[in-house]
Amino acid sequence: MEQPLTHIKPPGRFSTGFREIWQYRELFYFFTWRDIKVKYKQTSLGILWAILQPLGMMLLFTLLFSKTLKFDTSPLPYPVFVLSGLILWNLFQSSVSHAGESMIQHAGIIKKIYFPRLIIPGSAVLVSLFDFLMGFLIFMVFCLVYKQSFHWYTLPFYLSGLLLLLLAAFGTGTFLAALNVKYRDFRYTIPFLLQVLFFSSQVIYPVQGVSQPVLKYVLALNPVNAAIELFRCGLTGHTPDFLLVAAGGTTTVIIFLAGLYFFRKTEAYFADIA
Amino acid sequence: MKPAIDIRNLGKQYELNESAPYVALRDILSQSVKKVFSPAEKKEKFWALRDIDLRIEPGERVGIIGRNGAGKSTLLKIISRITPPTTGEAFIRGRVGSLLEVGTGFHPELTGRENIYLNGSILGLKKAEITRQLDAIIDFSGVEKFIDTPLKHYSSGMQLRLAFSVAAHLEPEILLIDEVLAVGDLEFQKKCLGKMEEVSRKDGRTILFVSHNLDSIRKFCSAALLLDEGKLIANGPTEKIIQQYIAGHLNTMALQEWPSGVQAYNGQLQLKKAWLHGNSGVLTDRFDTTESIGVSIQYEVLEEGPVFTHGLNLFNQEQVMIFSSHDVISPLSLKKREKGIYEATAWIPGHLLTEGIYSIHTALFNPNPLDIFIHESDVLRFEIFTDYSKLTARGNYTAEIPGIVRPLIRWEAQQTF
Repeated sequence: MEQPLTHIKPPGRFSTGFREIWQYRELFYFFTWRDIKVKYKQTSLGILWAILQPLGMMLLFTLLFSKTLKFDTSPLPYPVFVLSGLILWNLFQSSVSHAGESMIQHAGIIKKIYFPRLIIPGSAVLVSLFDFLMGFLIFMVFCLVYKQSFHWYTLPFYLSGLLLLLLAAFGTGTFLAALNVKYRDFRYTIPFLLQVLFFSSQVIYPVQGVSQPVLKYVLALNPVNAAIELFRCGLTGHTPDFLLVAAGGTTTVIIFLAGLYFFRKTEAYFADIA
Repeated sequence: MKPAIDIRNLGKQYELNESAPYVALRDILSQSVKKVFSPAEKKEKFWALRDIDLRIEPGERVGIIGRNGAGKSTLLKIISRITPPTTGEAFIRGRVGSLLEVGTGFHPELTGRENIYLNGSILGLKKAEITRQLDAIIDFSGVEKFIDTPLKHYSSGMQLRLAFSVAAHLEPEILLIDEVLAVGDLEFQKKCLGKMEEVSRKDGRTILFVSHNLDSIRKFCSAALLLDEGKLIANGPTEKIIQQYIAGHLNTMALQEWPSGVQAYNGQLQLKKAWLHGNSGVLTDRFDTTESIGVSIQYEVLEEGPVFTHGLNLFNQEQVMIFSSHDVISPLSLKKREKGIYEATAWIPGHLLTEGIYSIHTALFNPNPLDIFIHESDVLRFEIFTDYSKLTARGNYTAEIPGIVRPLIRWEAQQTF
């Protein structure tokens, strides 16, 4: 019989540990499955909640802003504009906050058993992705109501926007998760950081509408803006704003790598300090 | 055949953190401000394990013995990869499963069946393996009726049985067990040990077993390791190692004094001394089997108010608890105390214990609701021997008599026909 050989040694050089995560892919699945199942068992509204929340927000923003501030969102009607931003923002926000809290929530398991730790924040992101997919179905229905058309050729825009967002959320989430284990009071700053990020994201207003050039460059660094830009271009069929995508894409890659690196560097000691 | 576990020069160093087990960012920030003005203080470090070299062959069942803090659990944690070593390396051949984590990851909202899958996959089983074993696991746990009920409706005993059942059906080549068998009902414990023994005999699995109960190590293990202060000091056949542990760690102690007092209850209570004596009141640490043993403690109540009673636990040299007793008789038991110095004496009756070395733990506590003010382990130790000139439960039989206690039982007999 083939027996796996494990070599235990003090933590050494950085590696992503992807091969090992692949070996543990079933655990990845089970963690995600558990969280989705528990979530929908516990809330009486069930899956409806994942749908109603962005719809409610969209309604609120539409009532508040479509008449008063008059953002130019053409060719998208304002409700479609807001909802497309909201479902992406929700994905980002819930991924980051759940992934950020996930290591502390699983401290009991971490102290007792070994498995690749990245699975924990990773599955938190997947759970949020599941909610997003629910929301996206409703979004599609909503678009039909507003007579928006879908084209197959814009599919790469949707996918690349989604991918960019997931990478940014995963990077931020793992970074915060590791920080949270090390510095336990850090968690209190997360809602504040997310709030700041929300208002610097083009959820309720278009970045193109920002006339202040310096401010526009700063906002372009926000990875969520690039993701939303790509996603909306899927709807409009327009060419994405190069500055937004290039700057946001670069920050995304940096955040992803930094989060991964920091997490992997500190994870060996999670059991000692968690 | 290559060893299942091959450990070379392994060491684990921890930093001693004075107060909190984790740090707060605000402390780091405020400290770095302080550092500018004062020289950096050195963090204290200690070695939980040091220079461990060890080979364990496939199919061996090895007990790990040592006092608290000797490094037993740290060793298991490194082998199961929960925490990395600081120095050295280890090669592990085969899948490692451990009963460190019985019930880990159980979720109250999921059903028993769902939890089996979840727990199994956390323990490293593949989904297909779990499905294959599912019936056996459910059957072994004895909770068939509730298997599709959410776990939150289970009693803690049922949860434990389910958890053990999953763990017992793991089929790792190397199994680590850390005293978990101290919980659960006795019958089920036996069933688990039996199952593990069966598995280890049949398939030649390697088992590492940490326990304070020398008796179960004796029954279960073919070899043993003795750890002390992070070092491996002996390695060999179980009985020899157990004897070495007993000889090295148990000498008698008739008097224990705490110069500054063991404080408790916000400093309102202070343990001052404890001592052993016979009926005459003379300090001694040797009693023959017929004598009553007086265990006295002296403590001071510094502020009026606490409500508590006295307690003691008696352990034999195998670390089996012989009994646990608390004062329900004296007039001071569970009375609100005034300031002052108090003494309490417990009398362990004669004609009860067998020859050997015993250790006493003392406590001041309130049993209802349980609130332990002071619990001091291994405060006093004494030896029991047989005085053959007296009437004992031995009669005139001099060879070894099995049994944990040996009371002088009243026997009645008459010819009835």
